[in-house]
Amino acid sequence: MGDRGAGERFGVFGLKCEISDMRFQISDLKCQISRLRGAVRRLLVCWGALFWLLGLTGAGADAQEPPRPVSDVVAVDHPNDVGTAVDVSWTLSPDDKPNDEPIPDPNAVPSLLSGYHILRKQPGEESFVLVGKQSAQAGEFTDRKKVVRGEPYLYQVVAVGPGGTSAGVETAEAVTPVRGLFRTDRGWLAVILLLICGAVVAFIVVAKSGRELFIRKIPGLEAVDEAVGRATEMGRTCLFVPGILDINDIQTVAGITVLSHVASLTAEFGARLEVPTSRSLVMTTARETVAAAYLAEGRPDAYREDDIYYLTDEQFGYVASVTSKMMQEKPAACFYMGSFYAESLILAETGNAVGAIQVAGTAQPSQLPFFVAACDYTLIGEEFFAASAYLSGEPVQLGSLRGQDVGKMLVASLLIVGCVAATWASVTGSASANAVVTFLQNNVLGRGGFLP
Amino acid sequence: MKRTVPLMIAATTGFVLIVSYFIPYTESWGEDAMTWFNILAAIAFILGGGNLLRMQLQKISDRRPGWGYAAVTLAAFVITLFFGLFKIGVQPTAAFPTNAWAAPYDREGSALWWCVEYLYRPLASTMFALLAFYIASAAFRAFRAKNTEATILLVTAFIVLLGRTYIAGIVREWLPEGLQSLSFDNMTNYIMSVFNLAGMRAITIGIALGVASTSLKVLLGVDRSYLGAGDE
Repeated sequence: MGDRGAGERFGVFGLKCEISDMRFQISDLKCQISRLRGAVRRLLVCWGALFWLLGLTGAGADAQEPPRPVSDVVAVDHPNDVGTAVDVSWTLSPDDKPNDEPIPDPNAVPSLLSGYHILRKQPGEESFVLVGKQSAQAGEFTDRKKVVRGEPYLYQVVAVGPGGTSAGVETAEAVTPVRGLFRTDRGWLAVILLLICGAVVAFIVVAKSGRELFIRKIPGLEAVDEAVGRATEMGRTCLFVPGILDINDIQTVAGITVLSHVASLTAEFGARLEVPTSRSLVMTTARETVAAAYLAEGRPDAYREDDIYYLTDEQFGYVASVTSKMMQEKPAACFYMGSFYAESLILAETGNAVGAIQVAGTAQPSQLPFFVAACDYTLIGEEFFAASAYLSGEPVQLGSLRGQDVGKMLVASLLIVGCVAATWASVTGSASANAVVTFLQNNVLGRGGFLP
Repeated sequence: MKRTVPLMIAATTGFVLIVSYFIPYTESWGEDAMTWFNILAAIAFILGGGNLLRMQLQKISDRRPGWGYAAVTLAAFVITLFFGLFKIGVQPTAAFPTNAWAAPYDREGSALWWCVEYLYRPLASTMFALLAFYIASAAFRAFRAKNTEATILLVTAFIVLLGRTYIAGIVREWLPEGLQSLSFDNMTNYIMSVFNLAGMRAITIGIALGVASTSLKVLLGVDRSYLGAGDE
């Protein structure tokens, strides 16, 4: 009444006040409705989440049941080892279903199994101890956890699921790991190695008897003399980079043997030879090699130890230093002989930019295209390993190259047999041809043979 | 003697490593041989580090061109060595909360870690990034149609290059159903899995034979050039 009176009393202004008041009340009501809606929505979300969780865990009392146990648990000594491993295998629990199996009913109870626990004990011990876990669908496990050779072990496998663990199933007999006499899984590699090495030794013996052996010309190695001669004429240095790996890598050893020949030439021609290394042992080996070459040429006075130096083990630090040296001193001949990675192209392109004649050799197939593109001559694969024998010209060493040829013939024969058998098998469907292909793939060409 | 003893050591170690690969009884011998190599390499590092110091000091004292860089190298070497040896800024681990010395020298947050993370790695990445330019310049020289072989190489490289880009997908959509095998990506896959793979395998077989032959020469003492000077 008071409000109305005030409205009448103040005319239009009072009416505006009343409208404003009503608007405020409507807004308040809207706010309450909105809060109510929010509460209902939250309630629905909670219910939904609860239903979803129940659905995910198997909905109800069924999901809480432990999985059924595995069967046929067998433990055997791991073959081809020193007796420190045991292979355990089992038949999967009936509740272990593969994930990709089509689900007829999407609302069906999902697998009750999440994995397996493998336990171990020695006869006489009371309880089993966990030694490993395996995921669902895995029926094998190799125990390498402090397995002692000659000690007997019993194993137990337990299926584990959200509802708990199954009853444990044990092996019937204890297994005792023993040391194998020979790695039978590497038998074919041993045979191949014996054949190739036998051929190399045989041809070395033949060469020692004085029989002449024909070796084809390798342009990259013929170019070494030319490169050193050019450096001498120009009065610039020869740079030899022996790769970035240590002396225990065979490529570095092969590179050092080429260095020996290059050093002989620089000693003979009176050119300066620089050898930056990325490994300390390579530095000491290179120093000994170069000193020997200078001594053999009757120029021990010309040998400069400081020209063979260590830079850093770090790949790109080494590259930065060598390339800066190249830009400063502009060597006339660059030799890259050893193991290279990403730095190969940086080195070779810098050498190209300073106008050096470049000869490269590596056994890294991924780096060969870079050297081929940027260098004048590249020793590809086996040519690099043949360099030492080729450059020395010693009949005994040349004999080893002929031994390599026997290896190539062996590989070529296997390739031909494999190709013919595979073609015959696909055309005629012959089971025996298929057997030959499978045998070659699994043995000679498999992990036990050429691909250890 | 100076060459005979190293040769015997090399031959014995080499044969032990071969035998240990095939006979489980000798497996640990091979591991021992590698441990000895690591010990030798660690000792040799002192030689390398000493040589580096001497060379850089000589360059600075003779004021040779670029001696400033030698000073930077020397400073970096000494500072890094100091940070690593004295474990500067290394925080203790949860296993030994009261003893920072028990923590690894390159633990996250240490001064050495900082140097590697914020100085060495960016510099190494910069050097690596230079490869992009070098690949372009090398490709420019290599892919010139000077003769038949070079032209084949150029065409092959062009196909493979386009096959690795988005253009391959666009071109494939334009091609009719019957000509899908001629799309750049299909041709690239064929080139890589047939021609390229066959070539790479041939090279790899050659390398494997070369490795076997060279190793045998070293072990039998047929090739002794790596042993340096000395009386027999």
